[in-house]
Amino acid sequence: MLKNRIIPCLDVKDGRVVKGINFVELKDAGDPVEQAKIYSDGGADEICFLDITASNENRETIIDIVRKTAKECFVPLTVGGGVRTIQNITDLLLAGADKVSINTSAVKNVDFVKEASKKFGSQCIVVAIDAKKVSENKWEVFTHGGRNKTGINAVDFAKKVEENGAGEILLTSMDKDGTKSGYDVDLLKTITNSTNIPVIASGGVGSLDHLYDGIVKGGASAVLAASIFHYGEYKIKDAKEYLNSKNVSVRL
Amino acid sequence: MNVTIVDYQSGNISSVINSFTEVAKGKVNIEITSDIKKIKSSDKIVLPGQGSFKSCVNSLNSINGLVDTLKEFAITNKKPLLGICVGLQMFADIGYEEAETRGLGWIAGKVSKIDNQKGKFKLPHIGWNEIEIQKESKIFKDIKNKSHMYFVHSYEFIPEDKAVISATTDYSSKIVCAVEKDNLFGTQFHPEKSDKIGLKIINNFLKL
Repeated sequence: MLKNRIIPCLDVKDGRVVKGINFVELKDAGDPVEQAKIYSDGGADEICFLDITASNENRETIIDIVRKTAKECFVPLTVGGGVRTIQNITDLLLAGADKVSINTSAVKNVDFVKEASKKFGSQCIVVAIDAKKVSENKWEVFTHGGRNKTGINAVDFAKKVEENGAGEILLTSMDKDGTKSGYDVDLLKTITNSTNIPVIASGGVGSLDHLYDGIVKGGASAVLAASIFHYGEYKIKDAKEYLNSKNVSVRL
Repeated sequence: MNVTIVDYQSGNISSVINSFTEVAKGKVNIEITSDIKKIKSSDKIVLPGQGSFKSCVNSLNSINGLVDTLKEFAITNKKPLLGICVGLQMFADIGYEEAETRGLGWIAGKVSKIDNQKGKFKLPHIGWNEIEIQKESKIFKDIKNKSHMYFVHSYEFIPEDKAVISATTDYSSKIVCAVEKDNLFGTQFHPEKSDKIGLKIINNFLKL
């Protein structure tokens, strides 16, 4: 049977790993290549890099990190942040990324998702959706790392990216991100119930039972977390053993 | 020994290159090319494949003489060839992704969309799944039954002769995830992304 995936995410700014608290206050947590290797050796099912510098002049930095990481980690590597053009995707894939995650550019122009999935295959196109609750059971899509409101309903958008060839959705709750109070389970449930592609839960993990909630209550196919792993609170192995003990199937 | 990874613009093959290079570590020469002459003179071939069945077949056909050279290598001369993902799927007679497309026809069968039981199973089938070994295969030497491999696909190869199946995986039904027929090997999963156990499969292939 297909296992639930645990994906540590490394937020990278100017070549260093950081973790945003509500996307604003940043702390340094080390070297990305070294960190990725630790995760992969520790049993991470995938590794995710999110380049939060994402300005054009610094694209070479992340590409270099991807290149180095891909030579040492033999599990899937997803890279996101500032992916705007087909050329950006080509560069990342050539450097050794297995999937790219598209956020703002997908919202601006959903045809970009279509074009990218047609060219590279759905298997390597992840659409990252940053959603914020606007009223009871209603979430809106935000862009630019959570700064810009779009007026787009998150559920409608999730369906739309699926239709346009996205292979997976990386769903981040802007309300929960950095709070360590758990995923927005209602948001997850709503999106997983209205789409047929795998959804990766993101934003808010503070303890291992939050991972459980994301999978069992939220219906996520994979759970992404950053800070609980970075600062050594938990190892990937702890997370897997915990989930396994609660009868959630994982790759041990 | 020379092993060629066929580079026919079939999408992202960086990971295949990285993992084979890691396992080969100087002992085996890894060549990444679509050059017919080099392919002819190599000892083993790796045929990767990403994207759709149709786009991969079209890319293969767009390189003059490539399909015939591969056929001569694998079918006439019976030298070892490993197909990965769509690389395996193309062994089939026919595929139905995007449009009905003729495959290489090396192993009788077809490639159809996984029956996801009306949405009960999400597609693509992405992630780590256990393989159930169905017969002894040279590339599974020292690989335990129920080992986890990394998958990402929405279509499955259905061979006519079930005897070629070396492993299946359970996702809505028993999906064929590895085949072995004489010198032909194929995996639906990605050994290059399947951690140490995947590298072991690559090592087994290189040691054949």
